[in-house]
Amino acid sequence: MSQAAVGTRRIPAGAPLSHAGRAPSWVSALAAPAGATMPSVRREALARFQEQGLPGAKDEDWRFTPLAALAQTRFGPAAPGRVPSEAEVDRLQAGERHWHRLVFLNGRLHTGLSRIGRLPAGTRIGSLERALRVDATILGRHFAGIAGFGQHAFTALNTALFEDGACLYVPPGVELDRPIELLFLSDPGTESPAVQPRNLILLGANSRASVIETFRTLGDGVHFTNPVTEAVVGPGAHLTHGKLGLESELAFHVGRTVVRNERDSLLTSFSVTMGGRLHRNDLDVVMDGPGCHVTLQGLYMGRGEQLVDNHTSIRHAHPACASREVYVGVLDDRSHGVFNGKVYVTPEAQQTDGKQTNRNLLLSDRARVDTKPQLEIFADDVKCTHGATVGRLDQTALFYLQSRGIATPLARKILTYAFAAEVLEEIPFEGVRQRLEAMVMSRLDQRPGD
Amino acid sequence: MLEIRNLHANAGGKEILRGISLVVKAGEVHAVMGPNGSGKSTLAQVLAGHPAYEVTAGEVLYQGQDLLAMAPEARALAGVFLAFQYPVEIPGVSNAYFLRAAYNEQRKARGEEEIDPIDFMDLLEQKVRMVDWGPEILSRPVNAGFSGGEKKRNEILQMAVLEPRLAILDETDSGLDIDALRIVADGVNRLRRPDNATIVVTHYQRLLNYIVPDYVHVLAAGRIVRSGDKGLALELEARGYDWLTGAGAAA
Repeated sequence: MSQAAVGTRRIPAGAPLSHAGRAPSWVSALAAPAGATMPSVRREALARFQEQGLPGAKDEDWRFTPLAALAQTRFGPAAPGRVPSEAEVDRLQAGERHWHRLVFLNGRLHTGLSRIGRLPAGTRIGSLERALRVDATILGRHFAGIAGFGQHAFTALNTALFEDGACLYVPPGVELDRPIELLFLSDPGTESPAVQPRNLILLGANSRASVIETFRTLGDGVHFTNPVTEAVVGPGAHLTHGKLGLESELAFHVGRTVVRNERDSLLTSFSVTMGGRLHRNDLDVVMDGPGCHVTLQGLYMGRGEQLVDNHTSIRHAHPACASREVYVGVLDDRSHGVFNGKVYVTPEAQQTDGKQTNRNLLLSDRARVDTKPQLEIFADDVKCTHGATVGRLDQTALFYLQSRGIATPLARKILTYAFAAEVLEEIPFEGVRQRLEAMVMSRLDQRPGD
Repeated sequence: MLEIRNLHANAGGKEILRGISLVVKAGEVHAVMGPNGSGKSTLAQVLAGHPAYEVTAGEVLYQGQDLLAMAPEARALAGVFLAFQYPVEIPGVSNAYFLRAAYNEQRKARGEEEIDPIDFMDLLEQKVRMVDWGPEILSRPVNAGFSGGEKKRNEILQMAVLEPRLAILDETDSGLDIDALRIVADGVNRLRRPDNATIVVTHYQRLLNYIVPDYVHVLAAGRIVRSGDKGLALELEARGYDWLTGAGAAA
């Protein structure tokens, strides 16, 4: 298929301010690469996106996350981007040197900066676009089959326009001995690129793998990242998935991760967001067989005018599955946090064991959080709990540190760090944990004194 | 060292301390006893500067300075230490980091450089032995997941590191079994010097078998109703508080 450029629907000057239901004007400048794979799915997705446009405030899932600035910023197609040095990439990655690493620059795989070590027989890691070209039948069955775009404008946009992303296939019974880091770098350049990374992760029965997606900006500036990751965790397999949103505080990020867990499989998910002027994560987990166990951990930090939005959805569709979810937010200045946690238990899903917690710390009077746990339970033999809190630093805890001679700004920093540590400590990779801890500390150091 | 004159304090608009006067000299141990609700913990918190209490009258001189005018951290840097009844848990922050932060604040206040982390570990290992612990306690997060007894022991460890001039122990004995009580008391006794002083706030006489006071004061309804020597504590043990607070007479 040829270029999948979006037909223009220009917003004339003096038009209503609402972007809802419209495709933003900048989309017309974007196009899928010539000869891209999956042409019919792309066409369908494009039509779907044009038809529904961007969600607006009346859409319940976007009620607290205004998209006007995203709609009005003039994003451009991705230029090749400045190629960073090896040392710079080492500094930007979250994982260890010996890990497998795929580096994407403005959405395109950079083989020179990527490093894939020895892999067990049958395991594949590489470009998704290339993998789809080679094997459209097997992969094509999963592609866009896990993350549907009917109700998701941004997923439709990604499906229509993605250039590349990672494809991981692990055969049954294979356990990877080290994690894979997918490092997505955006160079804001002068064109403020809009990039649509697309990943597909397939774990065979009883296999085991860890994938960390790290999103960073080269330097500082405006750009838009709209990644979609689809994952299938086969029977008895274990996927550890991390997503680190560490982009520029001028950047826009709307991303979606959809995981389908087959019977007796495990998902360990962690998510840390510190970057973005607007950063939205959708994490949808479907337990598509009995005996699954999923753990979702998230930390989000906002400062300045940042908006960080986490929407998670856990679907218990079979008996005897368990989910554990802890999301923690630290909001400073005029930042805004949004958490929406859906837990859906179908009538078949007896013996469901679900626990969801969302805790928020407000460091400033002008920071704000909208949190909404959403449990919909249609089975009767279930154990589901949820709790959400929004609070300030505890006065007695602050006094405790002060009474040890610790000055108020340092005392606040230590207690804020302790709040975030609940999630950081659970990150199962020591190197990643230490890097993130250092980033949290330095972020708190940059805080002006009280 | 410490002179409290006619101290009145409120919490949530309710008057808790209703005219406390007390003089503590260097080298002395004072026990402040009293039934629940008598105001003894409030007195400890007010001296350390807890912001939830409002001082409405009176004054407190500490080494000649107006203690009540000082921020809590300034009081600590001047040598006041409160061992909390309910120590706060700080997950994710190791004991070693926390102690070093507090120790360095003291050095900074004295115009000294921060301590070398390795030298500090040597110092910590000595202090840890004082409360009968091994060095593994230093890498654990501050009080997180500690038992009640471990938390109290950790307070004494902090005290050992910070070497206060005026230590105030707020119900440090509550929730301790006999072995932990002995460890805590031994630690406090080892830290006693002619130039420092200790105020032991307690409900029970038990702790005073181990930390022997020079003076015992009984608080009731926000006032000191009786002062004496350690014999007073034994009398309270035998007779309870009612004969002093008047509760028995009213019944």
